Amino acid sequence: MSTTKPDFIEMKLPAKPEYVGVVRLTVSGIANRLGYSYDDIEDIKIAVAEACTNVVNHAYKEDASHEAAMTIGCGVYEDRIELMVADKGNSFDVDQLKQNLGPVNAEQPVEELKEGGLGLFLIETLMDKVEISGDSGVIIVMTKFLHRDGVERNGDGISTSATQ
Amino acid sequence: MNLHIDIKEKAQESLVSLKGEIDVYTVPKLKEELIPVTEEPNKHVIVDLSGVNYIDSTGLGVFIGALKATDQSGSTLKITGVNDRVRRLFTITGLDEVIDIEVNEREEA
Repeated sequence: MSTTKPDFIEMKLPAKPEYVGVVRLTVSGIANRLGYSYDDIEDIKIAVAEACTNVVNHAYKEDASHEAAMTIGCGVYEDRIELMVADKGNSFDVDQLKQNLGPVNAEQPVEELKEGGLGLFLIETLMDKVEISGDSGVIIVMTKFLHRDGVERNGDGISTSATQ
Repeated sequence: MNLHIDIKEKAQESLVSLKGEIDVYTVPKLKEELIPVTEEPNKHVIVDLSGVNYIDSTGLGVFIGALKATDQSGSTLKITGVNDRVRRLFTITGLDEVIDIEVNEREEA
């Protein structure tokens, strides 16, 4: 089979909370067009929203005098979708972001539970491949493969490998 | 893309019904309305999520905050009406182990 050139879609929006939903809906539309299952589309929506939320929250910590933007790139392949979320200019601390990675520990006392930090964990859990680079601004690249008609997975259930 | 919040306060119980999407945009409003309810002493706070079709880590964070607040005020927190999608997020993150979640039986297909 010949490999066709991937389509590439790019959006640049103000790094503001009200635009995260817009990104989510747009990406959902693209994934739907590609034939992803309902559950996969929901996973993709959450992952892209988490990445955008990181950019927005970071932008809000900076002084509001300069306009912060988030750039979303979407590579559409035959067998996968590749989403890039970039926070140009102001880079946040990738190591710090990765530090609290993991689910909530039930053994932990309630007062020690952290309200933040689940975002990147969710991205890594819901997507098939995640790369983060933080040289000049942070870029998160997330890939979700398209499973057609149960070749890779049988049954129609969602992947529950993350459940204990 | 919005979140509708309805709060009904009774003597022992506070019922918070949410409808819409819980994300970085709607979370400040949710926090502002939900957290004071959880800070009241000796109440059963019930959050009904049956009208919620989207939630992400920002929303889960609010429920962690709500759990902490009820823990401090001697109240309890219970989440009801979760659909399969919402339930899955609570499971993946391990929050179902620390928060009392009532599964919506009608959602079972």
